[in-house]
This record gives sequence, C-alpha cells and structure tokens, in this order.
Amino acid sequence: MSDHNAHGSAAKADHVEHPTWKQYKWVAFWLTLITAIEVWIYYTPFKDSAAFAPTLMAMSAFKFGVVVFYYMHLKYDHAIFRRLFAMGLGIALFTIMALLFLFHKISV
Amino acid sequence: MATTAAPAPGQTPTAGGSYAAGEQTGIWSWLATVDHKRIGTLYLWTALSFFIVGGIEAFIIRLQLMRPNGQVVSAEVYNQLFTMHGTTMVFLVIMPLSAAFFNYLIPLQIGARDVAFPRLNAFSYWVYLFGGVFMTIPIFFGAAPNGGWFGYAPLTTMQFSGGLNIDFWVIGLQILGISSLAAAFNFITTIINMRAPGMTLMRMPIFTWMSFIVQFLLILAFPAITIALVFLQFDRFFGTQFYEIAAGADPLLWQHLFWVFGHPEVYILILPAFGLASEILPTFSKKPLFGYNVMVYSGIMIGFLGFGVWAHHMFAVGMGATADTIFSMATMLIGIPTGVKIFNWIATMWGGQIRFTVAMKFAIALVALFTIGGISGVMHSSPPTDLQQTDTYFIVAHFHYVLFGGSIMGIMGGIYFYYPKMTGRYMSEKIGNWHFWLFFIGMNLTFFPMHFSGMLGMPRRIYSYDVGQGWETFNFQSTIGVMIQGLGLILFVYNFLKSKKTGAVAPGDAWGAGTLEWSIPSPPPEYNFAQLPVVTSRYPLWDLKHPEMTAGLAHSGPDAMTVTDSHATPMHEETEYKNAADLGIPMPFPTIKPLFTALFLVLMFSGLLFIHLDLFPVALTIMIGCAAAFVGSLYGWLTSPLE
Amino acid sequence: MATAVATAGHDSHAEGHGEHVHYTSTGLENRKIAVWAFIGSECMLFASLISTYLIYKGRSRVGPWPHEWGCKTSAAVAKTRELLQGCSPADVMKPILDIPVTSQSTFVLLMSSLAMVLALAAVETKGTPLPAGAGWWDRCLASSKFWLMATAVMGATFLGYQSYEFTSFVHEGLTIKTNLFGSSFFTLTGFHGAHVTAGVLWLLTLFAIDVKRGLKGKTDVLLVDICALYWHFVDVVWIAIFTLIYLIQ
Ligand SMILES: [Cu+2]
Repeated sequence: MSDHNAHGSAAKADHVEHPTWKQYKWVAFWLTLITAIEVWIYYTPFKDSAAFAPTLMAMSAFKFGVVVFYYMHLKYDHAIFRRLFAMGLGIALFTIMALLFLFHKISV
Repeated sequence: MATTAAPAPGQTPTAGGSYAAGEQTGIWSWLATVDHKRIGTLYLWTALSFFIVGGIEAFIIRLQLMRPNGQVVSAEVYNQLFTMHGTTMVFLVIMPLSAAFFNYLIPLQIGARDVAFPRLNAFSYWVYLFGGVFMTIPIFFGAAPNGGWFGYAPLTTMQFSGGLNIDFWVIGLQILGISSLAAAFNFITTIINMRAPGMTLMRMPIFTWMSFIVQFLLILAFPAITIALVFLQFDRFFGTQFYEIAAGADPLLWQHLFWVFGHPEVYILILPAFGLASEILPTFSKKPLFGYNVMVYSGIMIGFLGFGVWAHHMFAVGMGATADTIFSMATMLIGIPTGVKIFNWIATMWGGQIRFTVAMKFAIALVALFTIGGISGVMHSSPPTDLQQTDTYFIVAHFHYVLFGGSIMGIMGGIYFYYPKMTGRYMSEKIGNWHFWLFFIGMNLTFFPMHFSGMLGMPRRIYSYDVGQGWETFNFQSTIGVMIQGLGLILFVYNFLKSKKTGAVAPGDAWGAGTLEWSIPSPPPEYNFAQLPVVTSRYPLWDLKHPEMTAGLAHSGPDAMTVTDSHATPMHEETEYKNAADLGIPMPFPTIKPLFTALFLVLMFSGLLFIHLDLFPVALTIMIGCAAAFVGSLYGWLTSPLE
Repeated sequence: MATAVATAGHDSHAEGHGEHVHYTSTGLENRKIAVWAFIGSECMLFASLISTYLIYKGRSRVGPWPHEWGCKTSAAVAKTRELLQGCSPADVMKPILDIPVTSQSTFVLLMSSLAMVLALAAVETKGTPLPAGAGWWDRCLASSKFWLMATAVMGATFLGYQSYEFTSFVHEGLTIKTNLFGSSFFTLTGFHGAHVTAGVLWLLTLFAIDVKRGLKGKTDVLLVDICALYWHFVDVVWIAIFTLIYLIQ
C-alpha cells in the first residue's frame, strides 16, 4: 500500500501521514488480544483480587485509546477535533466520578 | 454615500423583521426560510409571544398571593401555573430569546454569510416552535404539567402524578432538548469555521464569545437531562423502576441528573445576556471593553466550573459534610470570575462619554441587578445558610434577580440595541424610557420584598397563606410590582410593533458601534456581506471611522493574511443593497423539508401520550408512522442540494 | 490560532459547484467539526447512563442479578452456586450475564471497526491504479463496497447477538420491569443498540450510494469519514460497557 501513502501525501501536503492497512491490522490485533486477556482473567482466580477491576479498566482504557487515536485518526487530525473530544470526555469522566462519590460508590 | 432608500414601511411580511429589497415575502418565504436572520426573527417573535404567556401566568400567581387566603385559582391550577411559568420562562422564553440573538448576530459578528448548516438551523427553530406549542396547549384545558419546573421524581412518577400533565412536560422537554442540541452543534461549527479572514478567536466580539461558551454548555449539559427524562418516560410508559423507591431506587437520582444539567443551564440563561451587555456598554461609553481577555477567560472558567457545582441545589437533602464542603467551596469559587465581569463592565464605563440610551439603561440595570442576585447566590452557597433559605421565597427572590434582573434586562437591552439592525428603524426612545423605568421599578418592587417574606419563612410554591405571619405587606408589594411590570410590558409590545412602521430610519451603523454587524446596511441584505471584510482588530469599524478610539489595541496589517478569497477585501463599510445572484454569491435554496422533519419528530414523540391512555395500537401506529415519515423527510432533506 | 488560514479551505468544497468555494477559517470541513462536537456530547449521554447503572448496581431488591446466584423464594444471594443455601433447585436463579456470548459479540463489533477503517481507506485511494502484480487481497482492500457491507453486516451481527441476549434474559426472568438491574441494564445496552442500529442504516445508505454512483473524491471521503467516526465511537462506548458492566463485578 505504498501507493496509498504517496497519493495521500501528495493530496494533503500539509497533513501528516495517514495510517494504513499495516497499522490498522496491528490495532485490530491488539484489540483482539487484550479482549481475549480480559475474558481469560475473568475465569482465573485473579478475578477475586483487588487488582482485578483496576487492571481491567486500564486494559479497556488502552483499547479505547487506540481506537480513538488510530481508527478515529485523532492522532493525525487537527487539534480542534482533539479538543472537542477531550472536553466532552473529560467532563463526562468527571461527572461519573462525582456521581459515584455522591452515591457512596467510591470515597475520597 | 450611495445609499438605497430605506425599505418602505408596510412592505414587511407577517412575521415582521428583516428583509431587503428584492427578497421574497409572504408566508411561504417564512415557512421555507433557511436565512439565519429570518430564523432569528422567528425565534424573537415566538419567544416574545411565550414571554407574554409566561407573564400572564406570573400575573395570575401574584393575584392569588396578593392577599392572605386568596381565592383566585384552586390549588391544582396554581400548581400548573407555577410549573408552566418556570418552564415557559426558562425553556420557551430566555433560551429562545438568546437563540434569536445567536442566529441573528453570530454570523454578522464574525463576518459570515450564514451559519454552517442553514437547514439544520431552520429545523431547530421548528422543533422549538412545535415543542413549545405542545407543552403550552394543555394549560388551556387545565391539564398542564404540575410538578414544578424541575419535576422532581418520584413525585412525577405515575404513582404520584397519574394524569397526562407530567407527560406533556417530560415529552415536551425532550423535544426542546433536541432543538437546543441541534442549534448548538450548528453554532459551534459556525464559530470555529465561518469567521472572516483575520477574525481570530481573540478578536471575536464578546457576545459571540459568550455564545460560543453557551453552546458547549448546551451540548454537555443537555444529555444529562435527556437521560433523566428518558428514565422518567420509561418509568411512566414502560414500567421501569428508575425512580421506584420500593424497588430500591434512590430518590436523589433524578435530582442529581437534573442539576448536572440544571446548573450549567443557569449559565446558558445568563451568559448571552452578559454578551449583549458587553456589546452595549462599550458602544455607549465610546470606549473599547475593559479587560477583553479577562472577560473571555472568566467566561471559559465559569463554563468549566459550572459543571462542578450542581449539588449546591441539594444541600438540604443531607449529602454529608464532605460533599457539602466540596460543592460549597466550588460554588464560592465560581463567584470570582462572575465578579470579575462586573468590575470589567464598571471599568468600561469609567471615564467614558456615556450616552444614556434605553439600551444602555437596560445594560447598566443588568450590572446592578445581577450583582444583587449574585450576592444572594453567594449567601446560599454556604450550606448552613442555605438550610434556612432553601425552598423559601428568598430563593425565588435570588433567581429572579439573576434571571429577570440579569437575563431579561440584558436581552431587553439587546432588543433596543439591535432592533435598528434587524428592521432598519429605531424603537421609540421615549416609550422605551417608560418601559425601562416601569420594568426597573416594578421588578425591584416585586422581587426585593421576597427576600423578606422568604426570611420570615414563607415557603415557595404555596398557593395560599394565612394572616398574621408577617407576610401580608411583602406579598402585596410584590403583586403591585408585577402590575407595574405588566404596564411596562404592554408599552414594550406597543413600541416593538409600532416602531417597525413609524420608527426613525436607522443607518447601517445605527449607534456608532465598532463591530462588523454595523458595517452593513440595516436590515442586512440576504447575503450579509457583499465582500468579506479582512479584520485586523477587535473593533474593525472603529478602526475605520474613529481610529483614535482603538489606538491602544493590538492590530495586525491586512497583509499578514493569506487572503485568496476573491470576495475578501480590506475592512470597509457596505451601504448598498444588491442582488446575491449579481454578486455571484450562491444562496441556500429555501426549503420546507426541515419544517416537515421537525413536525414528524414532534408527532412521533406525542404518540407516547396514547400509551398512557392504554391505546397501544394507536400509539404504535403514530410512532412508527411518524418515525418512518421523519426518516423519509430526513433523507429527502439530506439528498437535496443546499444551494 | 493567531491568523486564520485562508488557503486550506478551498479544494475541499468542490461538491458540484466548482465555480464557487466557500471561505472557512480553519480549512476544516464543517460536518467533521459538527460530528466531533456531537461525539463530545454523546460522551455525556453515555456517562449519565453508565453512572446510573453503576449507582444502582447491587441495589435491586429481587433477582435475577448480573453476576450472583439468587433464589426466587428467598432473599438469598451468593457468589457461587455452592454458597447458595436452602434454595430448592427449581428456584435457583443463575447469574444473568453470559460472558462467552458477549465476548463473541464484542469481538465482532471490534472487528467491524477494522472493516470501517478499510472502507474509508478504500474510498480515499479510489482512482489510484493498483500496483503491478496486485493479488486478490489488494483488490479486496481497494473495494469500498465490500468493506462498507462488511461493516454493516458485522454491526447487524452484533445486533443479532444482542437480541439473542435480550430474549434469553427474558426467558430467565429478567425484563426491563423486573428490578433496578433490569431497568438500567436494558436501557443502557438498548441505547447502545439503538446507536448501532442507526449506524447500520447509515452504512447501508453509504453502500447504496456507492453502488449507485461510486464513492469517490474528497466530498465522498468526508461522507464516509464522518460515518466512520460515529461508528468507532459507538465501538469505544461498547469497550467501556463490556468492561464496566460485564466483566467487573
Ligand atoms: Cu446552581
């Protein structure tokens, strides 16, 4: 797919490189692998450990990140898009945490 | 100056407002319009009509409370009146009045020919109109919503509110949310992407800045109430248990979700008025706004902090010391950027050559009255104080100082200020003065005594009270105050209608202001700017006409821009009406599709009412039929070319 | 943003009106800005839904429960079948969530995102001649129709899994009316499913356009791109739901 790269950079001289099949398949690989690990540790005794939930959340945050950065090409796109998304996501995460705290699901 | 004659009076079509020579008139031109100025005008007229409805509701409420043991209306009707008064004023008056200015002004202030999505803009308006009508009609049949404007569940669940009343509220708000969200995505895109060459973010007029912040508040706050409303609808129509205490539900869930939306909503209501005042004060002080950057940053800070203070509406429910402390401190913190704005406005007037026009008086009144409301707000940011004040008339006094003294005064100032731009004629200053003083005196006479009746323990939302509690005088004063305001409102309506035909003719630059919207004819031609101006400072028109006034501001030369658009030229004044086709400016086609799309959407929602009436087949038919029609007209809309 | 970039906005507005171009201040596409703002807003929508699910977790008065064993005739709840005392086998309620099935549907949805990016890449490269000696895989990669349809089919498969899941839950005695878990679970996943449904319709529309006139050029890339952004967002929401609702107890 080197043709694609050449074409892409010619058309958008001011844009940085665009991800391609090579990258896409690696993202898909990681998504599959991490999901498999997530499901696997669900069936291990690790499930009852205190570290289970944080580990899972870290793994899904990683999956979330690669999809947003590579598949949604936020990594390569204009900063405005990053800001729009970060604003929504940031306030949403803050609201979830605050609500869970207010309903005594987590403590400070 | 080669000026075409101001448009002849009487030529204005039914809905009134802007048009220019050679433009279409007649009902159809309004139903199918996608012009942001016409849509702004429609918003203005519709919202002012609802303002009269909400005002009449307030008037009846005050008649009932004028004397102890009032007999004007029953308790049930009273519940409907205060619920609809609040709901109408918040969702059908102040927000759409702000939307009227967003529509009319944002493209003009940033030097654009229209909004980013003209047809989506029309869709937003029609959804608002139909949703507003849907929610308002039941009051004429004594079946209006009666659970208060914040509709606390479980009170609003089927168990405690079995009638159709709450259904109208919960469905109506859902519909209005769609309108606000669609408009917000539109304006965010418009402001990011449609600015004229050289119009950097930090050169945008403050009104556009405040509107920009409001759009973000809208898109981030409305989803919370949307979900809260979905839960309530599911509880009411499909038997879910979100607010079913017996099933283990938490009675605070609704309150939290509602106020996650509700506090940012307060800023959604006030920031546009702040923006309008920030346009009026510099113009009539003949000075650039003091502390522009601080004004912008404090607006942004208010926006962010606004998402972290919501639980101050709930101190009385017993959230615990930690939560109370955090939310109390955050609330006190948010007072700082708000206070900063007040001082900036005062400093703007300081040393200026002040002209006391009606618009200026309203803007100054905003500064004064909002300060009173702001200070009483800081009072109940402290939980111990709040426990004494919550659910009393003290709170009613507070938020009317903020919303009437702040938002309505600012918007009224905005109407007097921008009327000449919209119609080509000034409103009468003489009647306007009467209007202002009646509003100012009436408003203070109405709401100031409420501080006292509240402190004496008068609860809000009671429909009558007994003698001997010390509330009589204050209530009587409040009612007299409302009558004075009513007089003012009548004068305003008269002035508004009459000036369109007989007001003094206004030039493009009606007040000697400094921003882009004044550099084009009044009313603006359909294409707004024949040639896009290249902006080099915050007050481009003052640069042109009074360079001495902006000498101290940062400027950049036009050569700094990479202007390649054939229509862009250095900053100039436009005085002629031309034809868009002659200028080679493509205008969007008028289309009725957004109207029908909106109509089907609203009808689809109203099908839910039949579930309550146990008419499942009817409900299903209406909802599926209208959903199909909605999708169909959406496809028709999206597949037809814009221009 | 000290100065607006006037040049970049030009070539992007071809859309049949070649003679006139609209000026934009950032050179970006209006619709793409709006879609990102929409996605930001959707974050709050799902945040409200997920918060409610988590707040109500463990508050249901009656079973079935997501991860625990329950008893129809008593209030007994236990982490395993063995720990559930004094409940006749006929009254035992299994944990509702079916991890193996949902893992499969999760995998399908994740892979649909791969198909989606390939669809976008195929539209972007359309018109470029295939390299000499291109095999079947290169030809496949170049077919936007194939990948659009693949994405839609995978989305529909996910919906199929979801309807299977919902029906089997109903058979096991969990409806949207049963308890707080049922109400919040069905509403949350139902909202997500509705988003997937809208996405599938969107993809099929694009597929139909592609069949009719062929998606090609900058305007069409944008058309596919905004749909792709939406689709991936629906996917990442599921990543969060799968972990927070299905795996973590
Ligand atoms: Cu508040």
